[in-house]
Amino acid sequence: MHDDGPQPAPGEALGASRRPAGALEAEVLAVLRTAGTPLSPGQVRERLAAREQGELSYSTVVTIVSRLHAKGLLARERSGRGFVYTPLDPASLAAGQMSRALDGDADHRAVLSRFVSGLSGRDARLLRRLLVDDGQEQDGG
Amino acid sequence: MRLLVYLPLLISALAAVGARPLAARLEPREATWLLTAATVLLAGCSTAALALLVASAAAQVPVLAAMGHYSQPVLHRGDPTSAVTGAVAAFVLTAAALAVAITFRCRARALAESYRRAARLPDDGAVVVVPGPAIEAYALPGSPGRIVVSGRLFQSLDESGRAALLAHERAHLTGRHHLFTTVAYLAAAANPVLLPLARAVDYTVERWADEHAARVTGNRRLVAATIGQVAMLATPVHRPAATLGIVTAHARRASARSRRISVAWAGPVPRRVAALLAPPPRTRTLLLGVAVLVVLIAGVAALQAARELHALLELADTAH
Repeated sequence: MHDDGPQPAPGEALGASRRPAGALEAEVLAVLRTAGTPLSPGQVRERLAAREQGELSYSTVVTIVSRLHAKGLLARERSGRGFVYTPLDPASLAAGQMSRALDGDADHRAVLSRFVSGLSGRDARLLRRLLVDDGQEQDGG
Repeated sequence: MRLLVYLPLLISALAAVGARPLAARLEPREATWLLTAATVLLAGCSTAALALLVASAAAQVPVLAAMGHYSQPVLHRGDPTSAVTGAVAAFVLTAAALAVAITFRCRARALAESYRRAARLPDDGAVVVVPGPAIEAYALPGSPGRIVVSGRLFQSLDESGRAALLAHERAHLTGRHHLFTTVAYLAAAANPVLLPLARAVDYTVERWADEHAARVTGNRRLVAATIGQVAMLATPVHRPAATLGIVTAHARRASARSRRISVAWAGPVPRRVAALLAPPPRTRTLLLGVAVLVVLIAGVAALQAARELHALLELADTAH
């Protein structure tokens, strides 16, 4: 599913360091894995610089971590105005690939007991009314 | 026999209409058992009824009657199943057998796949958090079964919300709910009129797990709010986070109160939330008794029709 072959690097975004995007991603992942704590893109950039990997622009680092997150290799959570990123361990990566494969087929979905599915517009309105009305009744009484 | 043989088919149609209201009113665990058993029993009865129609029509075919040494006049007097009815019944019976075989194969493969994948997951605890932006949580049947939660969903819930979610999924695994739904859908494959019963089982196992989560967390509102929160997150239309926060905050402060908003025609999520906002379900002996009785009538009718056919064939044999 993820072909991580050497991709042509978008030259401008990478500035002086013209390396394949795959290599940059690996470096960013390595930084996050050794950190042991969630990092913001700014912190990732600092640590990359400390490893003498050359200066990357902030926006490049943001692009790389976003791409890694989209690939499902990083988890992120909101911290202040931005996000901090944590690498996902290999076990949960394997689990993710499995559940995606399992999810592709109607019979497979049928044996999984899902917590919820998406809502229709009508159901969403109804649900909001149920929960909000319920809260307001309690506030009033 | 003529009318008796059609009674299981009639009761199947009746059960299909009654399945959803029953699922809404009965205690979820009892509803699950009742609906699953009813689906199996009615599928069995209607299949038996079809087989009887085929048999009684076949016995009148001169060649077959001669082979069985049956008296043609006695058969014609005793049972006027026409050849056309017999042929239609035979066709439906074949289609039903085929449908059950196909459904069985698909479900068995899916379950085997699920077991294989559950076994391959890392051995550290029942909960596996998977990466990716999906809002997803499900129980993966296996030995042991696993609970799979997407990282994004896990992060968007607080401690108590996670507890509610995990208690719900754990109930699916310990209660082996996938077996109920699998059996119900297999039975419904034999008689598609019973499909609403199988769908009702899908719903009652969710309710069963919801009630379990409510008991474990000791907070019905929390479970209702968590379902609401996750359902809204899982809905592609983006809603402001603030609205969600208000919704859940309100719901969590609330206490038991009967609902005025009608959810009778809504999808499963609003119905589950409404049920959790209402007081805990009680056992309804009378309703349960009536439902069991109606299903048993179908069974007795099929049995009686079979006995009558048997008696008729014996009579025709003697007359010959």
